Order: sequence, then C-alpha cells, then structure tokens
Amino acid sequence: MSDLPPYPPLDPCNYDLIVVGTGVSESVLAAAASSSGSSVLHLDPNPFYGSHFASLSLPDLTSFLHSNSVSPPPPLPPPPSPPGHDLLSVDLVSRSLYSSVEISSFESEILEEHSRRFNVDLCGPRVVFCADESINLMLKSGSNNYVEFKSIDASFVGDSSGELRSVPDSRAAIFKDKSLTLLEKNQLMKFFKLVQQHLAESDDTTLKISEEDMETPFVDFLAKMRLPPKIKSIILYAIAMLDYDQDNIETYRGLLKTKEGLDQLALYIKSMGRFSNALGALIYPIYGQGELPQAFCRRAAVKGSIYVLRMPITAVLLDKASELTLDCCRLETGGYKGVRLASGQEIFSQKLILDPCITVGLESMSSLTDQQKETLQVFVPKAMSSKDKVARAICIIKGSVKTDVSNALIIYPPKSLFPEQLTAIRVLQLGSGLAVCPADMHVLYLSTLCDNDDQGKEALLSAMSTLIGLPVPENLQSDSVVENDTAEAKPTVLWRALYVQELVKGEFGGTISSAPSPDGNLNYNEIVESAVKLYEQLKGREELFKEKTSPENTAEEENDVGEDIED
Amino acid sequence: MHGRPRKASKPEEEAASDAKATKLRSLQSQFMANHHDKIYTNEAIELSTKLLEINPEAYTAWNYRKLAVEDRLSRIESDQNLVKSILDEELNVVESALRQNFKSYGAWHHRKWVLSKGHSSIGNELRLLDKFQRLDSRNFHAWNYRRFVVELTNRSEQDELQYTDDMISNNFSNYSAWHNRSVLLSSLLARNADGFIPNKKIPEEYDLIHNAIFTDPDDQSGWFYHLWLLDQTVNVETPLLTSSWPSHGSSIILSGPGYLNGSSSNFTTFCSESDSFPLILYFDQAVGGVSSSTVTIDAELKGNEDLVWEPVSNKNSQISCVWVARLKYFSSKPCEYKVKVRLGNSPGIVSSRGCTFSAPYEFVFTAHVHEIVKDSQEGTVSWTDGFDIWDAQSKDLNPLVILDQLNAEMDVKWREAAILEEVKCFRLLSDSKIGKLSLARLLMAYEAMISDAAVKGIHYEEILQLYNDLMALDSSHYQYYKDAHSLVFLHKVTSSTESLSRHLFRYRDVNNLVCLRLNNLSLSRIASVEKLLFIQMLDLSHNELHSTEGLEAMQLLSCLNLSHNRIRSFSALDSLRHLKQLRVLDVSHNHIGKHSVDTTRYLCASPLSNSEWIQDDVGRQKPGMGTKYWDAYFVLRDLNLKQFNIAGNIIAGDDEFNSFVLQVVPTLVWLDGQKLGS
Repeated sequence: MSDLPPYPPLDPCNYDLIVVGTGVSESVLAAAASSSGSSVLHLDPNPFYGSHFASLSLPDLTSFLHSNSVSPPPPLPPPPSPPGHDLLSVDLVSRSLYSSVEISSFESEILEEHSRRFNVDLCGPRVVFCADESINLMLKSGSNNYVEFKSIDASFVGDSSGELRSVPDSRAAIFKDKSLTLLEKNQLMKFFKLVQQHLAESDDTTLKISEEDMETPFVDFLAKMRLPPKIKSIILYAIAMLDYDQDNIETYRGLLKTKEGLDQLALYIKSMGRFSNALGALIYPIYGQGELPQAFCRRAAVKGSIYVLRMPITAVLLDKASELTLDCCRLETGGYKGVRLASGQEIFSQKLILDPCITVGLESMSSLTDQQKETLQVFVPKAMSSKDKVARAICIIKGSVKTDVSNALIIYPPKSLFPEQLTAIRVLQLGSGLAVCPADMHVLYLSTLCDNDDQGKEALLSAMSTLIGLPVPENLQSDSVVENDTAEAKPTVLWRALYVQELVKGEFGGTISSAPSPDGNLNYNEIVESAVKLYEQLKGREELFKEKTSPENTAEEENDVGEDIED
Repeated sequence: MHGRPRKASKPEEEAASDAKATKLRSLQSQFMANHHDKIYTNEAIELSTKLLEINPEAYTAWNYRKLAVEDRLSRIESDQNLVKSILDEELNVVESALRQNFKSYGAWHHRKWVLSKGHSSIGNELRLLDKFQRLDSRNFHAWNYRRFVVELTNRSEQDELQYTDDMISNNFSNYSAWHNRSVLLSSLLARNADGFIPNKKIPEEYDLIHNAIFTDPDDQSGWFYHLWLLDQTVNVETPLLTSSWPSHGSSIILSGPGYLNGSSSNFTTFCSESDSFPLILYFDQAVGGVSSSTVTIDAELKGNEDLVWEPVSNKNSQISCVWVARLKYFSSKPCEYKVKVRLGNSPGIVSSRGCTFSAPYEFVFTAHVHEIVKDSQEGTVSWTDGFDIWDAQSKDLNPLVILDQLNAEMDVKWREAAILEEVKCFRLLSDSKIGKLSLARLLMAYEAMISDAAVKGIHYEEILQLYNDLMALDSSHYQYYKDAHSLVFLHKVTSSTESLSRHLFRYRDVNNLVCLRLNNLSLSRIASVEKLLFIQMLDLSHNELHSTEGLEAMQLLSCLNLSHNRIRSFSALDSLRHLKQLRVLDVSHNHIGKHSVDTTRYLCASPLSNSEWIQDDVGRQKPGMGTKYWDAYFVLRDLNLKQFNIAGNIIAGDDEFNSFVLQVVPTLVWLDGQKLGS
C-alpha cells in the first residue's frame, strides 16, 4: 500500500459526516445522510467498494482475506503534526476480522484462464428476501436503479445421506412435493393457513394465535400444533432460517419465541408473493452481493457525497485536553474534530463512522484523559459482549449439487449431518446466470455459527463432503470410476476457501460510531436495522430517505424483480 | 383476477364513465344506422371497430362484422392475400377487444368464426392463449377456446394433458384445468390410447388428486375431480338392467277386481280391472329405445306380440330408468302361464350417453290367474291395524341381477382395490368435512360393489354416522346430508331379505296386499325403489319427505300413506300421476298450499306459461276452478282414487276445494274419512 499514487489534497476539508469503509451499513448511512442534505466524505482504504460485503475476483479475494487475517505491520510513523497544532492525534490500527484462512486451488490452470470472471462474495452465503427491509430501503432511496436481481430457483433440506429434499414452502410446492406423506402435507398446509390467518388484518381474535402461545418457545408451539419432527425442522431451519438447535435445551442459546418465529414466517410468506416475476421468496443481485453497498454509494454520490477509494485513515484528531482553558466556549474539550488521511491531509467533520476493523491501539488509549476516552468509547474493548464467530467457506465447483438446478439454497438443520452439529449449516449455490462465475461452474457458499474456529470448520467440511467430491489424485482416478458410476456423480471442487469471521456489532458512540461486520444471517435485516437505528441516533429520530418520493424513482424500475410492487 | 374487492368509484371516475357512456351512445346509434342500411364501407367497418374496442360485449357489432366480412369476401374471392388480410384484421379486432375484456363471449365466438373460415395462422392462437392463460389461468373462455384450437391443429391429447399438468402444478386451485383433464382422459381412455388403461391410469389420477385434497382440503376444485374419478371407478358406461317386476323365478297371482277370499297364498296378488298387468324394467341409468323389438316376450299369453313400452318419467322425455308395458291375459278361467322376457339380443336400448345395452339377459316368471270370490268391499283402509307378518316368497327380494352383469361387464378387481385404497386414504382426513363426505361416498360405492355376503352391509352404520356428524358440523348443507342419510338408510333397509322383512307386512283387509311400513324414520327422500317394485301398499307417514320423486317406478302401488310429512305443494306429488293402480292416498297433515308451486322443480310460476294447461280441454273449460287449483288439477286428474285424505293442509278444508276435488276425481268414495254421498 506504500506505492499508492499521491492524492491531490481534498477540497473542501470540512464535512458533516465522514464515513470510513463502504460496507452495507456505512453505505446506507452515507446515502441517507447525503439525501437529507448533509455533506458526506466517504472513504475506503480498499481499491473496491463494499469492504467486508464486497464481491471480488479470486486473486483479490485471496489477498483481502490474507491481509485482514494477520495483524498488519505497524503503520508508518505519521507525518509530524504541524507545529502549534492544538489537536491531539490518536493513531489508528486495524484489527483482523478473519482467522484460520485456508485457501487451496486444485485446478489452477482452469481458474487462471477465467480468473476475472468470478464475482465472489466475502460475506456469503447471503440472499435477499423479497419482503426484506433492505429492499424497502432500496426502493425508498432509489438505489434499486443500480441493481438487478434474479430469483433463487429452489431451496432444499439436506442430511448426511446426501439426499436433498425441496422445501415445501408454498401451496404449490406442498402439492408437488414427493417426500411428504399426504398427512404431512395436510398438517403443514394447515399450519401455514393458521399463520396466514394470524397475520391477516382482522379483528377476529378467534383466528389469532393466543397471547399466551406467543410467549412460549416457538418449538413448543410447533409441537402443540402436532407437527411431526420432519416438518418442524423444515419450518424452523429452512423457512424461519434459525441457527441454533431449538430442541437442545442445554445450549438454550438463540431459543426463539413463537412471536419471533411468526415474524420470520411472515417475512417468508410476504416474500413469496411480493414480486410477480420472482419465483419464490429469495432473490440475489446479479454480479454479487457487492452490488448492494455499491448501489447505496452511487445513490449517495448522486446526492453529493464525495468518494475516495484506496484512502486509509491513520489517526483521529481530538481536542487537546487543556485544564488551563476556563473559557466557557471550549466545553467540548476532548471532543472529536477530524481524521488524518494516509496522504497526511487532515479533514474535519461533525461525526465519524468507522469500519469495524478500525480501532485504536491499547497503548495510545492509556495516555488519554477521561473526556477523550469518552469520545473514543467505541474503541474501548467491551467485556466481550459476544465472542460469536461465523465460519464461512467458498467452493468453486464444476457441475451442480442438484441436477437441473443452478441457483439453490440448501439447509442442513442441526444434528442432520452429525450428532454434535449444534447449528444449522446454510449452503448457497450460484451459477453463471447471476454473472458470478463462468458457464460450466458454480460458486458454493457455506456458513455456520460457531464458538471456535475448529468447530466451525469441521461442520462446514462435513457439509462439503456430502455435497461435493473432493478432487481425486490422478493415479487413483481409474480405480474409482466403477463406484462413481453407480452413484450420481458429485460435482468436483476446483478452488476452495475456508475462513472464520468474527462477528462485530455496530455501535453508536456520540460523535464517533462504528459500523457492524457482516453477521451470520442469510439476509441483511439485522444490519439494515442497526443502520437505521444508528442513523436515528446520529440525526435524532429522523427517518431515512424521508423526502424521497419523487415519482420517477418509485417503483416502476428496471430492476428485474421490482416490476410489480403491490400493497 | 379472483378475490379482489370492489371499490367505490370516485367522482372523477364517475365523470369519466359518463363521458364514455355519451361517446358510446353516439357510436352505437351511428353503428346501428350503418347496420340497418347494410353499409359495409371501410369507414363503417372502422366505426364498428371503435365500438368494439370500447365495448366488446356489443353482440350486434360482432354480427355486423361477420356480415361485412362475408360481403367483402364475396367480392374478392380469387385473391388469397386479400382474404388473408381481411381475416387478419378481424383477428386483430378480437385481440384488442379481449385485451379490454378477456371474458367477452362475443369476442371469443367471433375468433372461432374467423378461424373456421379457414384462416391458416393457427400456430399464433396457442401463443395468444398462453398469454391469456398466464394472465388468468382459470379463465374458462380461454380453456374453451383452447379445446377448439387444439382440435383444429390436431395437437395430441397427450400434449394437452401435459399442459393441464403444468397448469395444475402452478396452482392446483383451477377448476378449468381439472375439468379439461377429465375431458382429455375420458377420450384417451375411451379409445385405449397408448398407456391409457383404466386400471393403471385411474389409480395414478387418484394419487395426483390426493395431493391437492390433502394439501388444501378446503379447495373445492379438487373435490370435483375426485368425484369424477369415483364415477369412473364405480360406473360402467353400458346400461344394465337393475331389477324387474315380476322378478326372475317368481310367481304372481292375477285376478280381476274384487276380493280373493282368505287367500293365504304367499305370492304377490295383483288385481286388475282391465285384464292386464304391468311388466316393469328398471335400468341403472336412463335409457331409450325399449320397445317390442328390443324386448321380446315368449309367453303362453296371446296377444302380447306388439307390447307398448312406456317410459315412466316426470319429464316428458323418451328416456327413463323405468319402463313399463301392460301384458294382457284372459281372466275367464283359472290357469297358469309361463312368461320369458329377453332383452339385449338386438341393439336398440341406448343410454343417454350413447352406450348400448349389450349383455343379453333373460328372466322367467309364472302367472296364475285366479277367480274372484267376492265383490270388493268399499271399506276404508286403516293404517293402524289389519297387518300380518309378511311370509311370502323371498323371490321378490332376490339378490338383484345387476351384480352378475357387472361382473361380466367390467373388471371388478382393480375397481374394488382402488376404492379400498381410497377408503384407507380418506380415513386419514376424516377430521375435515370433505374427508368425512368423501369417506361416506366411498364406503357407499364399496357397498355397491362387493358381492361377498359375509362383508356386505357392514359399512352402513359407519356411513350413517358420518352423515350424522356432517349434519352437526356443517349446518348450512344440512338438507344435503339429510337426504344422503335417508338414501343410505333405505339402502341399508333394502340390502337384505332379513332387514327388509322387518318392515314388510300383509294387509289382511285387502287381498293380503304386500305392505312396506317405513313410517317414523325421519326420511327426507325416497331411494332404493328398484328393490321395492313388488310393494302394493306403502306407509311413509311421519317422515320429512318433500317430494314423492322416485315412487313413479312402483307401478303396483295401490295404497300410499304420506301423512305427516313436509310436502308443500301438489307439484311435489307429480310422480304419483304415473301410478295407475293407486286407489288410496293419504297426504293429510302436510304443508300443501304453503307454496302453490314447488319452485325447486319448476321455473314457471303461472299456469299460463304451462303448455300442458293450454292443451288441456277440461282445464280450459273450467278456468275459474283451474286457475286457483291448477297444480292440484294436474296431479289429481290422472288418478283414479277411491279414498283421499288431505285434511290438515293449508289448501284443504273449505267447500270450494272439496267440490273441486269431487269434480276432478269422480271415482272418489271417501274424502277425509267421510263416505261421500252419505
């Protein structure tokens, strides 16, 4: 990074808001702030948009993961502060979000040939529900003009046998399903109807699920509805998309109440019918998830936000603590003033939002006054509120995990692969139709929540081995042909990345706030929710994209899926 | 397209619709002028195009265009390109009209008409249809038109079947798709197309429809298809003879009018005033073509070579389930005849679906002619005493002939297996209405099919209970379930000699008439009449009957008690007109007069619209009387009653009605328990 071309100094050097990092949360905030008339400077140390939400080529992805997994070399000594400077500069360091990064390539030649035709997500597997808040936000902000979506064709539930059963998530799907018995079809549809009645806007309380039931664990409610285990598992993990084993009281983590479970089902049900040209509940942006933060950035740029990529910041600038000043107008002593860019230039703003990777070295904190520490509170290490991690894997495969299906979501509920499996494993296969890989290949994303790296990786490897064949060394190939003929040929893996990502929550800290890292969910709802909350805190209860009602930007969009927005 | 609430229109919308109406009216009047003057210029045709664009429902405009096309075609006969362009223009007009309203009958019809003119671009039609069916997959106009186009293009029925598959898997709540499927399958099965064998295909279809019914038991589109499948499983196309009177192997006693002294004979005795007795044939479905050439009588009785067979049906049609002929005999001296009846030897008996009664069948009975001992006594028939235990020949209750014929006609094995499979399946769904109803229907079908005496009849109690449950569960269809319950009950009663004989008696006072007493059973309809053809006296009092429909087949009936039922009008007694032997009728304590017309069966509310009335001389001669009691008149004029009880009805009780009855029924001796003229 030292051979960056020198940047011309930025002008102006005063902003309402500086945002560092172009992840989803940061981009939404930049777009919202600039739409409401604030001046915004949006920086990213990387040469691409999206930060940890980016979609990259294989070499870029590899180098990003590596450079963010080891502690970077100590930053260059910052240029000396100009003499007579009355600001305190606190140096920033970056912390690594990723660990246990393991990247292997099995067919380097083929991949080399197509190396630039991949758009691989860092935060996969990830999709968007048609009724997601992120979609609403895109429509509201007008950033939907910059993204096109396509449907995920199918979703399946898998187990250790390798069999994939489609998720009966609608009336038509239940009707067509081959694996459910007639009675199970009846019970499942009855349950869906019950949920729909409950969700329908009606004052008839006899159609609603009782308040008492709403507070019971969702898994108990499903049992009360006499749903067999197979259907319970489908509802919990493949429709409500839960992570933790709801039947295991010992872990008791992530136990969902009926009320929350119904909200999840409601999202799914609303998603099914929202866009007439979407096949099911789930959609995916063409060219990868990186398109989403980028779309918000474009929107922000249209609204006047200034963008500088390849521009790290090296320090935050605070008011010098001066007990000598008794002047009343210097009350904000120790407050945030601005940042110093890697170019050396100092830029000032009212507020600052930072990428979750940026922090302050512990040693530099020690010398600060209490007021200064208060300003930098988002950097103070918390009593480890959560040490959750998510294990992720990316496989480039030849062939498909399911014949005739290109874009598919696969769920392995807890305990479905091996008895100790504590969390659901989600797998997303995407094909060239989404412009993420060359024609005869698919990109496979896997993820599962975990407490430690080994546990997470073990679970992902187990899922991988049921789905795809590991490359066979050439000398063994002839022998194995006979057995392979009987079973359905599994796709072979060409390239694989395994890594574990720390889950960092976003935080409001008055003038300096931090954005969240990608979470372990399938969609963006929690991230968007936290961005909305952060925005309200920054602006004081102001609604995002409030004034955005100009008719040309509403819903008639070119976006593949957005044609027919009802309600 | 379905389930969208109607919104009240806003003032500006109303203004717009007013403006549209004004424009439409002016267009309409210009157009009518053109039509009237037969003007087929380009401008005039253009005007009709405009009219149809706004209002595709303008039938006259479509007809005008047909005339215009004919007119233009007649002038440019030779030029194929011109013909094509004229027809193309018509298709375009239809298409834009359909865009406006794709449920316009006139537009779809016009399109058919254009295509029948020999327009060649039929490939486009399926593409257009796909577009419309995507917009609304249940649009039956599109489905109808689809069948028309498919026929024109010779597209294979298998391909169309696949199309219904696709539509159903998108959304199985689609009456039209299921219907089309049944049409296609019927045709494929009927012509034994490759792989379309009933015993394989029908069970596959059951599997398909189970998925729909179990997924959403409330969706009715699936119910109808299941009913159709059940029909395919249970019924055979070819008509069969269900029963006859006299039945095979039975003996009957014939006598003139009068009283047979203490006849202890256990044969059915038939007293005739006209030296003839009825021969009744009861078929499992309405047939036509029963005549002396299709039914032959080998009898020692002379003079019956040219028997006249008459359909016994409330509708004046020439097809009926029941046919009757009157055999003549000589009553002069006691003797004995053997009669052999044969049918099916020559074709001619054809069902309404066009299937021929083909299995040759014959039956034999013996008729004994007795002498009258005493003159008949004109005592009233009492419904309370005078009954003896029934001890007659069990031949009348012979297991009916139908089963043997069924075995010959169809492969019972797979049908029985299919029904059993269905029963098993619907037991799982028996907590829902459709589950219970289907189960009841299936068990009934199964009862009708099994011949094993050991298991026959064991399901009736369960079926009755199912209907009881349904009546409690679904009160809005109470009467439907009630009727079904009555039907099952009567099936149960008539299912064996043992159960029927519990209700059978001999009426000592009149020639030991065979009497069936089904009183006080809360019956709401009549059924199983085919097994009761030998009954001469029938007590149906204290039930919930609304109509006598079905009784017309009981040609031997001479005494009928319908008191304390729910009959509301004389037209509900219409079927009694066919009962030539009926002498005693009790309809007391009903609701006759509450409604002058049984609106469930007749659309005409006034006698003036009834052609029978206009043709009837007697009726016209006594207009005052007839107009008031015209429906009573139609029933009573055909009856030769001696004893009539109508007290306790709204209509009865005043002198005007009584004198009317006496006028119409001159044979009457007893009215409401009073001997006339005394």
